[in-house]
Amino acid sequence: MARIGVFICHCGENISATVDCPKVSEVAAKFPGVAFSTDYKYMCSDPGQSLVVNAIKEHKLTGIVVSACSPRMHEPTFRRACAEGGLNPYQCEMANIREHCSWVHEKGDKTDQKAIDIVRMMVEKVKRNNALLPIKVPVTKTALVIGGGVAGIQAALDIANAGHKVIMVERDPSIGGHMSQLSETFPTLDCSQCILTPRMVEVAQNPNIKLYTYAEIESVEGFVGNFNVKIRKKAKSVDETLCNGCGMCTTKCPNKKNPNEFELGMGNRPAIYVPFPQAVPNIPVIDKTQCTYYKNGKCKICEKVCQPKAIRFDQEDEIIEVAVGAIALCTGFDIKKTDFFPEYGYGKYKDIIDGLQFERLASASGPTSGEIRRPSDGQVPKKIVFVACAGSRDPAKGIEYCSKICCMYTAKHAILYKHKVHDGQAYIFYMDIRAAGKNYDEFTRRAIEEDQAQYIRGRVSRIYERDGKLIVVGADTLMNAQTVEIEADMVVLATAGVANKGAEELAQKLHVSYDQHKFFSEAHPKLKPVETNTAGIYLAGACQSPKDIPESVAAASGVAGKIACLFANSELTREPLIAMVDRQAPPMYSSCTGCFLCQPVCPYNAIEREEVKDRNGNLVRELAFINPGLCQGCGTCVAVCKSKSIDIEGYTNLQMYAEVDALLNS
Amino acid sequence: MKLGFYPGCSLEGASREYNESVMAIAEKIGIELVSIPDWNCCGATAAHNLNKELSLSLPARNLALAEEAGLTELVVPCAACYSRFTMVQHELMHDEPLHKRVNEIIGKEYKGNLRILNVIQFIDEYVIDKLDENVKFEFNKKVACYYGCLLVRPNKVLKFDRTEDPQTMDIVMKKLGADAIDWAYKTECCGAGFSVSFTEAVARLSGNIVEDAVHRGAEAIIVACPMCHSNLDMRRKEIDKFNGKKSDIPVIYITQAIGVALGIDHKKLGLQRHFVPVNLKDFKPFVKKEIDVEKPQNMEVE
Amino acid sequence: MSEFEPKIVAFVCNWCTYAGADLTGTSRIKYATNVRIVRFPCTGRIDYMLLTKAFASGADGIIVSGCHPNDCHYTSGNFHARRRWMVFKKLCDFMGIDTRRIVFSWVSAAEGVKWADIVNTTVEEVRKLGPYESYHKLSTQDILA
Repeated sequence: MARIGVFICHCGENISATVDCPKVSEVAAKFPGVAFSTDYKYMCSDPGQSLVVNAIKEHKLTGIVVSACSPRMHEPTFRRACAEGGLNPYQCEMANIREHCSWVHEKGDKTDQKAIDIVRMMVEKVKRNNALLPIKVPVTKTALVIGGGVAGIQAALDIANAGHKVIMVERDPSIGGHMSQLSETFPTLDCSQCILTPRMVEVAQNPNIKLYTYAEIESVEGFVGNFNVKIRKKAKSVDETLCNGCGMCTTKCPNKKNPNEFELGMGNRPAIYVPFPQAVPNIPVIDKTQCTYYKNGKCKICEKVCQPKAIRFDQEDEIIEVAVGAIALCTGFDIKKTDFFPEYGYGKYKDIIDGLQFERLASASGPTSGEIRRPSDGQVPKKIVFVACAGSRDPAKGIEYCSKICCMYTAKHAILYKHKVHDGQAYIFYMDIRAAGKNYDEFTRRAIEEDQAQYIRGRVSRIYERDGKLIVVGADTLMNAQTVEIEADMVVLATAGVANKGAEELAQKLHVSYDQHKFFSEAHPKLKPVETNTAGIYLAGACQSPKDIPESVAAASGVAGKIACLFANSELTREPLIAMVDRQAPPMYSSCTGCFLCQPVCPYNAIEREEVKDRNGNLVRELAFINPGLCQGCGTCVAVCKSKSIDIEGYTNLQMYAEVDALLNS
Repeated sequence: MKLGFYPGCSLEGASREYNESVMAIAEKIGIELVSIPDWNCCGATAAHNLNKELSLSLPARNLALAEEAGLTELVVPCAACYSRFTMVQHELMHDEPLHKRVNEIIGKEYKGNLRILNVIQFIDEYVIDKLDENVKFEFNKKVACYYGCLLVRPNKVLKFDRTEDPQTMDIVMKKLGADAIDWAYKTECCGAGFSVSFTEAVARLSGNIVEDAVHRGAEAIIVACPMCHSNLDMRRKEIDKFNGKKSDIPVIYITQAIGVALGIDHKKLGLQRHFVPVNLKDFKPFVKKEIDVEKPQNMEVE
Repeated sequence: MSEFEPKIVAFVCNWCTYAGADLTGTSRIKYATNVRIVRFPCTGRIDYMLLTKAFASGADGIIVSGCHPNDCHYTSGNFHARRRWMVFKKLCDFMGIDTRRIVFSWVSAAEGVKWADIVNTTVEEVRKLGPYESYHKLSTQDILA
């Protein structure tokens, strides 16, 4: 006979403000099988948990229903309390009367009734819960870091320094990410390359880190502690073990007029190239789409000049399989290009550039060697307009969010411009100046006060070209919304930060969730900012939302800490909420008919054929068998099983039917 | 081929030449335009400033009449009428109680099955493919295509061409052999209804448009809206005063330009009715050319 | 007489829609109280016989919701759910079960507003359809008697 305990939490006032908790408790006490029912201000607090533990002992409870917040929040807490009271931890269910009731409804009878129904439904469910033993799994103490930008670099170094192996995968030929493209960094104006390059070298030299550049994630299988990852190492056409990085090939390559991705199209590179001088590793790759040999079958000059004989035209993509215990996602972001803006000419004006292109113009290693010269004719612009919030905070453009970094980098651009073009004037159109951060507001003040940047509060409605000038038409909302027209020599759009290319596909490979803008979602916006909903996969940097360098680095160190914690265990416990096939004594053996319709629907290939033999060794039947090590508990096999021979712990047929029944027969 | 037609007040009055030229090219192409029987005013600018229900009911009655007459597509050349019609259709189809209320007011039931076309949509769907076989003269002039504020807006209702940098008229003109220039004032405001009440504003706004077109060497401004035409053509004296220089650039309806290329008599197209005289001559015989313009995709986000 | 309040049962997956409904709560977006949520690991787990069971137990409307296509936590459970729903819907139509009362949708963990919208529209739609008496009667008839 079931003896269920019901514990109604007020959650301070979060629940009790709209739900009559004592009343719910009173009604629940009368449910069949309920032996004890009470309400309390904070069930998750120490005294609240003791209350649960004591009640289990005192009333000899066989199961408990904690009626409080979402199970996604506190289920582990109360399972622990349940175990402390001497029950199997899986004899605990949470009735979600906060997120699904008190927070979404007004005070009233209907809301109370809903809370009562939710509790009733969970009481009926918990009566049918089975005692389960957690599954123990080993941990592979190697971490995979996807993305070699500043976040990935930081995460990899921290994990490696904690003594664990790290595999880093970077899509481009070099690590460094967007930070390697920046000229100076706010709010200190120290050179980006100067602070990043030593860290890049550290990654390459750390014996705990194995670096795969020009490589992408092919597939990810498994679960926390035990992921199997396939990495596609794209063919560089260069033997990495032989190449000594002398650079002969890149200097002698006759095919030099290819748009340089690192310079955002503002310069050229040869078909065999290293993306930038400080690249790590300093090994060139051949761009097969541009290389004369790959296109016409003739040339091979690089092969002739290569002294260590490292050029391999017949190299093919290679798939590498690795086993890792945790994954850090650090894939960064991208920015909208100028062609996204119809009102600014759809990218047809050469002298309207984006913020990243300006970084390259201002960079000493950039296409103009750090001189600010406009792309169309190489003139030094004397009047420059910066447009902040280009695309950001604009629902009409589908980007409602603030890109966060633009206010600061636009101030930085204005300062750098003034430092390089002393007689020049910078204008900045802005919506708000969002400079929250240590020494950030001071920095924007510096742009205004020391470097005479003219801030104009208003949007730019149109930019067009006339007689070699760019006419920027905007409004000054602080001057009675007057129309402002500036004849500029160059315009820099602080375009919105968006999810990186391929973010969606990668999220789908890893089964992590992402938002409508394709940024990866954290498990909890406040309390789990670096975790994803998938155990063992973590997030750092701008792949989550636009972030500046200090924030990305902080998140990366957070991820490294999380992974180090995970690796501190020799084995992990997995929830035993998995599917299993019915087994009975002979001569029935099982209700399974051996149709194996369940096999193709299993995403994890966990369903095997088990041969049942009699004592003489003759084959009697073939039955489905679910490998508990592989099953992840989706339950799709349960729904397709025609003979209802498969059931899944935690969501058994008995439990689900009882829930539905209880819900409605009130 | 039979299509519905709503002239509205402008095409019966100040912009008769627009009406004449639409009819002339339709006839040449073999399309019959049938006016809505007993049509009424669209409400124009006045109605939706005064009374929401009135501003919805006036166009709704026309739409219901068109539907009753068995029409499925309706050509509305005036950009302002067109804007009112499409907005009303959009609002009624997205708000059931409002739809019911308006049906009550007009005493008819508008089901919403009508497709409403402005003149450039009409050209894009029915005329452009017939140009190659019918055109006699090449429109070998440098032209500035001026779309104005209403023709391709609002984006979420129209879903046609690019709001900020439309291309449909440019493509038509290029097909006729013209050099359609890239300029800055394609979709800027001409001053619209201020034509009478606040002429100074029109002189300034339209002045900028004319000035930029002239500055970039255009020989004609091509329009598709009676209001734009009035402001750029009829208010030229005020415009020239504002700009401080005389301009003689003619303002031509796109339908007139097509008509000229089709070899229709200029009088029949109403070209003699303009305030700024149209003296376009020396048209060469048309030779079919492949033009490399891609049909623009609507890039704005919903 | 007070207005008819339809009973709606929502069968949702743990990873997307349940989390999405949590987000509706966290964002304090209000919606109709008529819905009762039943949590499943995945829409792939949902046995459609449960839907008929829900109607038999007195439900007037049902929402089935999981991760968007390609976003399934278990790779493909939602596709199987969708495929079986196609078949089940035909069966329902054949048997005369009113499929207007079953709403199949995708709500991700980031779509708190969408969840509230779906609940509200479903409640309103089902309210218009009235109580599902014909099925309730059928199911409570004692066939053996």
